[in-house]
Amino acid sequence: MSTATMTLSDVRMERSRRHTATIYLKEAKYEFLKNLRLRVYTASVLSFPLMFYVLFGLVLNAKAAIGGTHVPTYLIATYGTFGVMGASLFGTAAGLASDRGLGWLQVKRASPMPPFAYFCAKVITSMAFSATIVVALFTLGIAFGGVRLPVGDFARLLATLVAGSLPFSAMGLALGYFAGPNSAPPTINLIYLPMSFCSGLWVPFMFLPKVVQQIARVLPPYHLSQLALGVVGAGAHESTAVHWAVLAAFTMICLGVARIGFQRDQEKMYG
Amino acid sequence: MIATVEQRHTSDRTKPEWTVASLEGVNKAYGAVQALRGVDFQVRAGEIIALLGPNGAGKTTAIKLLLGLMPPNAGRVRVFGGDPTNPENRMRTGAMLQVGRVPETLRVREHIDLFSSYYPKPMAAIDVLAAAGLEKLRDRKFAELSGGQKQRVLFALAICGNPDLLFLDEPTAGLDVEARRMLWDQIRRLVDDGKTVLLTTHYLQEADALADRVAVINRGEIIAQGTPSEIKAQTSGKRIRCVTSLSSDRVRELPGVTEVKEDREAIEIHASEAEPVVRQLLARDPALSGLEITTAGLEEAFLALTQDNGHKGNHSN
Repeated sequence: MSTATMTLSDVRMERSRRHTATIYLKEAKYEFLKNLRLRVYTASVLSFPLMFYVLFGLVLNAKAAIGGTHVPTYLIATYGTFGVMGASLFGTAAGLASDRGLGWLQVKRASPMPPFAYFCAKVITSMAFSATIVVALFTLGIAFGGVRLPVGDFARLLATLVAGSLPFSAMGLALGYFAGPNSAPPTINLIYLPMSFCSGLWVPFMFLPKVVQQIARVLPPYHLSQLALGVVGAGAHESTAVHWAVLAAFTMICLGVARIGFQRDQEKMYG
Repeated sequence: MIATVEQRHTSDRTKPEWTVASLEGVNKAYGAVQALRGVDFQVRAGEIIALLGPNGAGKTTAIKLLLGLMPPNAGRVRVFGGDPTNPENRMRTGAMLQVGRVPETLRVREHIDLFSSYYPKPMAAIDVLAAAGLEKLRDRKFAELSGGQKQRVLFALAICGNPDLLFLDEPTAGLDVEARRMLWDQIRRLVDDGKTVLLTTHYLQEADALADRVAVINRGEIIAQGTPSEIKAQTSGKRIRCVTSLSSDRVRELPGVTEVKEDREAIEIHASEAEPVVRQLLARDPALSGLEITTAGLEEAFLALTQDNGHKGNHSN
């Protein structure tokens, strides 16, 4: 029995930058399509913030004002934050937990897919859905709520909220690494709904009890909503830099946790 | 170890016997459960090797180690002479694993398009669809496929990158007879094109129909390796071990003896039935000593295999 070892010297395979870019694009495209066709995702993530906005911003309080800010304008910032948070958390955590727990991620890992492309696709998809929600809120507000803002403010609001998708995508990745495929969605709801309430996304912040207002200051959605409200002139007049710093720190912590989960998975896998 | 590894029985292929992947003295445990112990085996270029064993024997673990999805606790795993996690190796391998859930809202052609994009020289989508028998299903969403069709999509994803080495974990699980035969034909065609295939199965019949070599695995240990006919010869019969003054050649002539090996001071006889052979032996050599009779080593594994195939409750082990 003669055995020799086949080496790689005869085949040199390095991906061109263009090829790598194609992979990232396709990964993102199909992640987006996958979620777009997933009714559980689109129904809960897109329709809830829009429904709430229509009900509380357009049907009930269209002529009212909160602290001098027109309600339909104010609520674009808060329901926008709510929508971004939902799209990002569900877009990353639910898919990742299911891919991990039910073996699909192993098939991907066994393939030559660059691992980072997988995570990028989830984050980009979350941002795309976030942008969709915010633009839909704009459209409803302008068409039916008499929302009038300078174009620059619309752009800043959109940019702020879409950037605000990042901390929640990071949180979703962390959750996805530590939740099971079935426990991920209820776990997300358990975190997402109380956090939304305490951060003043449903009931305007100033109407919340003092205790809840204190809790809110450590919650990322509070800081994102304040940044968004700041754009429409309804913020709590705290430093913008502090809000961004809190969100950045939160993002880094979540990415750190996700990284621990990622490494844990590389080292040991289920039977 | 019972079987000896011999040259491949197929002589029409003239490639040198390169080892393209190997496990060397590999141990793998999940907590207290020892999934693999001291496993040595090689995958050689251009062959189909079947890893045959019952559920829980360690087949999937072996494949996952070779795919670099997890490291061994001891021993060495090599693929193309390097580490299995090497990205360049992954461009040359394809894998079909048992998956609980595949993204269900993507269409068959979309899954193939995405996986093909990972590889430097993928097959044309139309060829992949044809090879996996999915032409008519290309626009179906994954959720709309039957179990056997889903299995074929996973096969398509394994081959779409035109890899040199394929790992197929129970590729025919859940397929009906016709689909199974179709997949066998496809696997043979891959090897005819110069590819190497490692597949796992718990059907002896499948290993026999497809493989150049079979490694039988049970409870984390490779208990036999050889050609399918060598393996089949070991699935029945008894082993008789004794110390005797009779020569091997004389023993070999006894009726019912299929194989005789000298093992240190003793000889080891393989026979379809033990009693007639023992009677003859004692008649010819009254001084015979150290007599031991055991069932051939594969029996336990195959008992487990038959249990898997639906005859539950009759055997316990």
